[in-house]
Amino acid sequence: MGHHEVDPNDSVAVMIEETGYDDHFHDHHHGDKYQSSFIGHYIFSMDHKIIARQFLITGIFWAIIGAAMSIVFRLQLGFPEADLTWLRPFLGKWIVVNDGIGTLSQEFYYALVTMHGTILVFFVLTAGLSGTFSNLLIPLQLGARDMASPFLNMLSYWFFFLAGAVMFYSLFLSTGPFSGGWTGYPPLSALPQASSGSGTGMTLWLLSLTLFVVSVLLGGINYITTVLNLRTKGMSMWRMPLPIWAFFVTAVLGLLSFPVLASGFFMLIFDRSLGTSFFLNEIFIEGQALDRVGGSPVLYQHLFWFLGHPEVYIIILPAMGIVSEVLSVHARKPIFGYTAMVLSILAIGFLSFIVWAHHMFMSGVNPWLSNFFVVFTLIIAVPSAVKVFNWITTLYGGNIRFNSAMLFSIGFVSMFISGGLTGIFLGNSAIDIQMHDTYFVVAHFHIVMGIAAFFGMFSGVYHWFPKMFGRFMNETLGRIHFWGTLIGAYAIFWPMHYLGMAGVPRRYYSFEAFDAFKHFGPMNQFITIAAIIVFGLQLLFVINFFYSIFKGRRMKTKNPWGANTLEWTTPIDAGHGNWPGKIPVVHRWAYDYGKDGKEFIPQVQPMEEGEVAGDHH
Amino acid sequence: MTGLVIVAIIVLLAIILVQLGRLSEVSAVIRGEENVAARQNNRTAIFMLVFLVVFLVYCIASAWMYKDRMLGYGPHSAASAHGGELDSIFNITLFFTGIVFVITHIALFWFSYKYKEDKNRVAYFFPHSLKLEIYWTVIPAIVMAFLVIRGLITWNNVMADVDPEEDYIEIEATGYQFGWDIRYPGADGKLGTKNYKLIKPGINSLGQDWNDEKNHDDFMIGDNIVLPVGKKVRVRITAKDVLHNFYLPHFRVKMDAIPGLPTHFQFTPVKTTEEYRQQLKGYPEWEMPADPEDPEGPKRWETFDFELACAELCGIGHWSMRKRVTIVSEEEYNDWFAQQQSYYMNSIRNTDEDPFKGQLLSIEAANRSRELKSEWQSAMDAESLSTIRLKNVFFDNNAATLKDDSKYELDEIARLLRANTNVKVEFGGHTDSNGDENYNMDLSERRATAVVNYLSAKGVNTSSMSSKGYGELNPVEDNATEEGRAANRRTELKIISK
Repeated sequence: MGHHEVDPNDSVAVMIEETGYDDHFHDHHHGDKYQSSFIGHYIFSMDHKIIARQFLITGIFWAIIGAAMSIVFRLQLGFPEADLTWLRPFLGKWIVVNDGIGTLSQEFYYALVTMHGTILVFFVLTAGLSGTFSNLLIPLQLGARDMASPFLNMLSYWFFFLAGAVMFYSLFLSTGPFSGGWTGYPPLSALPQASSGSGTGMTLWLLSLTLFVVSVLLGGINYITTVLNLRTKGMSMWRMPLPIWAFFVTAVLGLLSFPVLASGFFMLIFDRSLGTSFFLNEIFIEGQALDRVGGSPVLYQHLFWFLGHPEVYIIILPAMGIVSEVLSVHARKPIFGYTAMVLSILAIGFLSFIVWAHHMFMSGVNPWLSNFFVVFTLIIAVPSAVKVFNWITTLYGGNIRFNSAMLFSIGFVSMFISGGLTGIFLGNSAIDIQMHDTYFVVAHFHIVMGIAAFFGMFSGVYHWFPKMFGRFMNETLGRIHFWGTLIGAYAIFWPMHYLGMAGVPRRYYSFEAFDAFKHFGPMNQFITIAAIIVFGLQLLFVINFFYSIFKGRRMKTKNPWGANTLEWTTPIDAGHGNWPGKIPVVHRWAYDYGKDGKEFIPQVQPMEEGEVAGDHH
Repeated sequence: MTGLVIVAIIVLLAIILVQLGRLSEVSAVIRGEENVAARQNNRTAIFMLVFLVVFLVYCIASAWMYKDRMLGYGPHSAASAHGGELDSIFNITLFFTGIVFVITHIALFWFSYKYKEDKNRVAYFFPHSLKLEIYWTVIPAIVMAFLVIRGLITWNNVMADVDPEEDYIEIEATGYQFGWDIRYPGADGKLGTKNYKLIKPGINSLGQDWNDEKNHDDFMIGDNIVLPVGKKVRVRITAKDVLHNFYLPHFRVKMDAIPGLPTHFQFTPVKTTEEYRQQLKGYPEWEMPADPEDPEGPKRWETFDFELACAELCGIGHWSMRKRVTIVSEEEYNDWFAQQQSYYMNSIRNTDEDPFKGQLLSIEAANRSRELKSEWQSAMDAESLSTIRLKNVFFDNNAATLKDDSKYELDEIARLLRANTNVKVEFGGHTDSNGDENYNMDLSERRATAVVNYLSAKGVNTSSMSSKGYGELNPVEDNATEEGRAANRRTELKIISK
C-alpha cells in the first residue's frame, strides 16, 4: 500500500488520501496477473471497465447490422419497384431477379424484420446499453474496486458474445434466419412447415436467446450484489447517483423476468422437438392434421410478455438514469426531485410486472381481464410524467452547456414525451382495438424505447467517453450527429402515426393488395429516405467513435465536466482496481451543483461546519 | 457502377466531415477554446428555439395534410356503430396529450434556450419542491382516471358477447396461410360443428362434420362478404394453422384468430358500401381514376370497397389476405342470401363424403311430407282423378324389399288414407327398360304389392287399395340415360274414386 505518489496539486486525490478508506488494496502496477498479457487484459478481462467497452463495441457492431437490415426492408416499403440487383453481392438468393429487376424476397423481408427487432431489443438496447453502463458506472460511481464477482462478469460478456455468434451464424442459413417476428409467437415459430425461417433458423434463435438470458442473469446478479454490498463508506442507498438506481432496478427486473422468458423458450423447444403440445392445439397445416391438442398459443404470449414488458423498462430505465445524470451535470444544477426520481423508478419497475397483457388486448384474452391491465398500464403514466416534469425543471434556472452529451439528453426528453404520450392511446384497450398492430404501434415504440433509448446511450457515450478512453469525441461531428438524428428520427417515425391512424397494419411486405393501404407511396418514400440519411449519420458517429479512441482530443484533467460523482476522481488511465491508493469516502449526495455559490461540490468533499445537506437524507 | 459512385461519394463525405471536425478543434485552440465554446453554445441555444418552432409546425402541418386519410377527420368515419365511440375516445385522448405535448416541448426547448451557459451566473440551486411535485403527480392521475373510466366503459360494451335472445347474424371466419374461409349459417341461422381432423383440402376445407344437420345448409362465399346494414353481426373467428387476425379497418374490428381456440367480435355496420362511396365523393384523392393507366375509367370513390385484412404475422403471405366486404340494405341482403347454395347440398350430398349417402335427410323427409300433403289436397280438389308419384319410395336393387327411407313417405300416405276412408286408390309399379320385359312386369307387380302390404300393416283398410304392375311399359323419361332410368323406376298412387 501507499506505493503511489499523490500529486499535491490534485486536491481531490489529496482529499481521498486524507479521508479515504484504506482497504489494503495493493498497487498492481507490478505483476497483476490480470494485466500481464494482451489476452488477459483485453479479451478475457475481468476488469469491469474493459468489459464495459467490450459490451459497447459489440453493441455498436450489432447496431450497425440491425440498422442496415432496417434500411433494406425500408427500401422494399418505400421503393417496392426499385431494382435491388446491386444488393445481390450481399444478400445473394434473397434478391430475386425477374426480367432484370431485383426484388427482395418475401421470406427475407420477414427475416430482416424479425432480426432487426431481436438484435436491436436484446443485443443493442439491453446488452449494449445496460451492459455497457452498468459495468462502467456501478463500481466507479459507488466507489468499488470492481464488481462483486469479476469472473461472473466476464462470463456475462462471453455468454452474450456466444449468443451473438449463434445469431450471426443463423443469418447465413440456406433456409434463412427466423422470420416469425421478434416475439416468436407459436404456432408460426413452433412448426417448421409454417415458414422456412421456423426450421433451423428458429432453433438457432432459441439457442442464441437462451445463451443471452444466461448472460443477463450473470450480469444482473452481479450488479445487484455490487450495489447492495460494495458501496463505499458514506454511500448510502439514498446518496447513490440516479444511474445506479436505474441500473439496480433494471437488474432486478431482468433477474425476475428473463427466467420466465426462458421457461417459455424451453416449452417452445419441447413443442418443436419432443412432440409436446404446450402451445399447440388443433392444427391443420400442409395438408395434414397434426396430432397435437390441448395447448394454447396464448400461454406463450403470457410468458413472453411477462418478460417482454419489463424488457422495455430494462431498455429505458438505464437511459433515464444516464439522462438524469447528464442533465444535472451539464445544467450545473441538482437533478430536480431526487427522491421523486428514485420513487418513480421503483414505481415503474414494480408496475412493469403487472401490465404485460396490454400487448394482448386483441389476442383472445378474456376482455374482462383487460380491465385490470388497462388500469395498471395507465397508472405508469403518472411516474413517467413526474420524471418528465422533473427533467424539464432541472433545466429551469440552469447554466446549460450544450455539448453532444447534453444535447442527446434533451433530445431524449423530447422523444420520451412524444413516444410516451402515444402510449396513453395504446394502453387504453378501447383505442387499441383499432391501433393494435398498426404503424401507430411502430411509431410509438420506436420513439419511446428505440430512439429515446439510443439517445440515452449516445448521451452516455459522449459523456463518459473520456472516462472510457482518456480522450474526447469530436464535438462538431457530435452536434451534426445530434441535429441530424433528432430531425431525421422524427421524420421517420412521426408520419407513421398517420399510417396507423389510417389503419395500415405493420409487418406488411407490400401494401399493394389493399386499396385502403396502398395510397401512401410518397409518405413511405419520405420515410425510407429519412431512414437512409439517419443511418448515414450513425455511421458518422461510429467513425467519430473509433477515430476518437485513437486520435481524439486528449483528456488533460481528471474531471473535465466538473462532475460530483466518484468516477471522475480516478486517474485518467485507471487500472484494475480503479483507485491507486485508498478508496474515496462519500460525504454528501451526488447533486450539489450551484450550492452555496459553488459551481460543484464533489461527493468526496466533507460537509463544512454548519452546512445543510442538499438533499434530505 | 452507380453503386460504386454512391459508395465513393459517401466515403468522401465522411472524410470531409471528419476533417471538418478536426479543423474545428484546431481552430478552436487557435482562437481560444473558451470563446469558441461560448459562441457555439449560444448558437446551439438558438437552434433549440428554431427546432421547437419548426417541429411544432411540422407536426401540425403534416397532420393537416393527412387528415382526410385518417380515422374520422375526413371522409373516413367509422362504418360501424361502436367505431364512432372508439374514435371519440381517441380524440379526447389526443386533446389532453396534445396539450401536454405542446406545453412540455415549449418548456423543454425554451428553458434550454433561456438558461444557456453564462459565465457570470451560477445556476439556481433548486433541488426539489414538494408542492410542484404533488401538482404534477395529482393532475396526470386525475386525467388518467378520466381516460381510463371512459375507455373501459366503452371497452366492456364493445367486447360484450351478443345476448342469445338478440336478433343477430353469426358468421364464421377461418384464417389460413394465406386467406380466409367465410362461412354463413344458412337458413337455420346456426353454424354446424366442425373438427380439424375432418379437413380435406378442396372437399371439406373447414372440417365440417356432415353428421351435424346444422352443417347441411351452411354456405361459403368467394371473395366478397355481404352483410346487411343496421343488423348486429357476430363473427366467430378461428384459424387452421397459425395465428391470424380478423381485421376490418373501416369497422374498427380486430381480433386474433387462433387454432383450436375460437374467438369472436360483434359489430353493427351502419353504412352501406354505396353510402360510404357517396361520403368519399368530392375529396380530391378519391376523385382520381381508380386505375392510373386508365384516366377515363371509374373514379376511386366509385370502386371503393370495405376490406378484410390480416393483422397478426402469419408467414410470408401475411400481407395478402384480402377479402372485400359489401354492406347492403336488408332487402338486398335477403335476396342475396336466398340465392346462396348450401355447400353440402351442392358438393357433398350423395358423394362418398356424405354419411347420409343414399339415405333421406330428415329435412328432405319433412319437405316431402309437406309437398305430399299439398299434392294430396290438390288431387282431392281436382275435378278428374289424378295420379301422385311417390318420390321417396325405394326398393333394394332387383327386389321388392322396401328400403327403410320409404317409411317417411308411406307413413304419410297411411295417415292420409286412414283419414279419408272413402277414397280408393291403386298403387302402380314401374321399372326401367333394363332386363327382361316379363321379369320387369313381375318385379313391378311384386313391388306394388309390397307397398300395399306395408300400408295394410299400418292399419289402412285393404279394401280401399289395389296394386298393379306396369313393368317397363309407361316410361316418363328417356331410358337411354341413367337419370331417365332412375325416374322411370317409380311407384305411383292413382286415385280411383273419391
